[in-house]
Amino acid sequence: MAAELSGAVLDLEEDEDLEVFTKKPSLAVSGPLPTSPSSMTNQYHLEREDQEESQVERDLFISVDNPESHVTAIETFIMYRVLTRTTRGDFDSSEVEVRRRYQEFSWLRSRLEESHPTLIIPPLPEKFVMKGMVERFNDDFIETRKKALHRFLQKISVHPVLSRSPHLKAFLTAQDLTPHKKQGPGLFSRMGETVRSMAHSVRGLRSRAEEFASIQDYVDQFSNSISSVDKVTQRIIREHREYVDELKQYGPAYSQWAELEPGGLSEVLRGVSRSVELCGQETEQRAQELSETLLPVLHEYVLCSDTLKAVLRRRDNIQADFEVKKDALAARKVDPETLQEEVDLLAEHLEQANVSLRGDWSRWRSGMSSDVRAAFVSTAERNQQHYEKCLAVWESFLLSQKMDPHRPDLEPTS
Amino acid sequence: LKIIWGSLPKALRPPLWEPLLYMDAFCFVVCNLLAFVFQMVEKGTSLLKKLEMNVSEAEKRTGKNSVNMQETYTVYLIETRSAHTDLNTPVPDMLWRRYSEFELLRTYLLVTYPFIIIPPLPEKRAEFVWHKLSADNLDPDFVERRRVGLENFLLRVASHPLLSNDKIFFLFLTDEKGWRDAVLETGFQDKVDSRLKSLSASFRVKNPDKRFTALKQYSDELNTAISQLLRIRARVADRLYGVYKVHGNYGRVFSEWSAIEKEMGDGLQSAGHHMDTYAASIDDILEEEEHYADQLKEYLFYTEAVRSVCRKHELIQYELEMAAQDLTYKKQQREELATGTVRVFSLKGMTSKLFGQESQEQREQKLMALEQDIKEGEELLKEKNQECHEFVQSAWKDIERFKEQKDRDLREALISYAIMQISMCKKGIQVWSNAKECFSKM
Repeated sequence: MAAELSGAVLDLEEDEDLEVFTKKPSLAVSGPLPTSPSSMTNQYHLEREDQEESQVERDLFISVDNPESHVTAIETFIMYRVLTRTTRGDFDSSEVEVRRRYQEFSWLRSRLEESHPTLIIPPLPEKFVMKGMVERFNDDFIETRKKALHRFLQKISVHPVLSRSPHLKAFLTAQDLTPHKKQGPGLFSRMGETVRSMAHSVRGLRSRAEEFASIQDYVDQFSNSISSVDKVTQRIIREHREYVDELKQYGPAYSQWAELEPGGLSEVLRGVSRSVELCGQETEQRAQELSETLLPVLHEYVLCSDTLKAVLRRRDNIQADFEVKKDALAARKVDPETLQEEVDLLAEHLEQANVSLRGDWSRWRSGMSSDVRAAFVSTAERNQQHYEKCLAVWESFLLSQKMDPHRPDLEPTS
Repeated sequence: LKIIWGSLPKALRPPLWEPLLYMDAFCFVVCNLLAFVFQMVEKGTSLLKKLEMNVSEAEKRTGKNSVNMQETYTVYLIETRSAHTDLNTPVPDMLWRRYSEFELLRTYLLVTYPFIIIPPLPEKRAEFVWHKLSADNLDPDFVERRRVGLENFLLRVASHPLLSNDKIFFLFLTDEKGWRDAVLETGFQDKVDSRLKSLSASFRVKNPDKRFTALKQYSDELNTAISQLLRIRARVADRLYGVYKVHGNYGRVFSEWSAIEKEMGDGLQSAGHHMDTYAASIDDILEEEEHYADQLKEYLFYTEAVRSVCRKHELIQYELEMAAQDLTYKKQQREELATGTVRVFSLKGMTSKLFGQESQEQREQKLMALEQDIKEGEELLKEKNQECHEFVQSAWKDIERFKEQKDRDLREALISYAIMQISMCKKGIQVWSNAKECFSKM
């Protein structure tokens, strides 16, 4: 039974990796990320400019890059290079490099979730491709996934608790993860945990403290809002792409006309054609950058919403367990001492869970706030730049017609 | 005064004024007014220099049409005012005209001045629309753009050196009721059918005028190029509309989100307002662009007028060639008859050979008739030559004028398009800079 179940679970996980059929052996989509510790520090500062906890000295730098397709007899999948630089004493060396596949990132996340059920673990990019968003097997998809995996490890590396996890250390350093995969709590308890945390109603929970009730409310509404923002952003990118497609035909229409006309008018027409073309290229870039900077951040927080809901449910379950046992204690007079011990243990467990959730919650809030702020600020800036560039194109056209762009009512100067 | 009065064409004598003529007190004023009108019509200067005009309003009317059915249509108010400030006529003359009356005027002009490139009317039905614009003729935006187009038409005619002096055109501007009769009285209707025939007929000209052939080809190619451009522009406008409007959704969503955020709330909310502004700004931008499209459309329709002049020339050329050919044939016949040799095969010739020669008397009669024919033919040839020559001269003069006008107008239109783009970019910079500030305060 266990073997069958384990087989089923493994098959599911097997699909998580991309199967790449006709790719060249070396993908190297983009060169490896900067590897010197100082440049990694810079990157950290860029990413965490507004982060309040920059007082914490970072001693762990992780990067994900260099996706390469890996061929075995049975399957083909992508391996990512995970590079770790650290000054921590508990690491054997200051620099470690391993190759990991998506499945293994997923393993890490499950382990972290089990060990820290009420901490907010950063999300992984999706297992399956969303229809219409990006084509399977293409470089863009791999690049997007790689960046998301990088962000995942980044966030873990700065987490005060998660960055100390032995599972993380194993993930970052072990050349072969297989022995580690076999350790840990059995499948049954893992599945039980999953089933319970998925259950909508929590048995035995009497009342939630005000603070957690309000967090629940927030999470529900946030989940709706962030998902809407994500959808609107996707739509904007789509509209941009369709606009760019039409623009590609618009410029040539002017230059085709120009061929019919005598000198003076022809020049004007060609000028307009060129300007339209340049603006079209600019718009294409703008759309591309939108999908590379804003969308991934929004998407990450869409995935986060699910994590938050799960974390809250787990905390509720812990509280429920405690209350059930407490009631049992109050009811039975049989063996009150052992029961008392269990109740005390559960009470402590609940307290720990609440404390860790509370702490991580405020951490998550400020992290989300700074991530979203940064993403939208850079988007607005990029959009402003887009219009500035297009403005320059048209002003230079007017100048070429010997007109003063600031006084278009005047006749052209000779 | 009476002499001046007498020399004015009937149509220009407003009946009310007659009794006033015998009153000395009014003589001076009336004299000046009449002199001004007389001057305006008789001299070759364009009407526009003497008379200001505009199409200022549009109104819906309902009435019974020719088949006694109720219909709704739009009428346009034409205002005319003397350009001379010293003549003290501050109140403009006004009359209402509907689109079909403009069409009638234009048809009259087309037929009366076939060697002139007649300015086109704005489109009858909205074409090259993108989804936001309705193709409904009663839509206020369409009516407004048509009003501008009709005014433009009048101004073009009034500034043309030849067309502006046309009496019927003047009546169109000044005589609301009487104009229709006047135009029908000219008998232009008869020429309309023959013009239509000439436009559609296919005939071969043996020695085509290279300049006209080139011009016709150019006008056909220009027609294609502008149509293509207008079609793509409409699609681009449609897409751009989509991009802007979708941003409006940010406004709504940010507003919802801001309700649950403490620190981020204000920034999100105000950024959302800027997104709404951004989304709304596209309406004005595209409305302005529609006027640019109208400027291009005018020249699209102009190509049809150019083509029509070329075709008319072809017809005249053809008739000339036919007349010359006919004359040559007749002369050959005369030669045959005179010398008795048959150079050209004719059935009559064969039958006379078979059934006997004609008498000397018959031959002489035939010869006389032929001589008469030839004389008439030579007259006709002279006429046709003259006609052709005059047509080519006048037409080419107008074509040169048109070419200069076209280059000027289109250059101006393209520059105004660039200016529109600049204005749109500036608005964009403003909105996103504002939004950025709001975002950074989150």
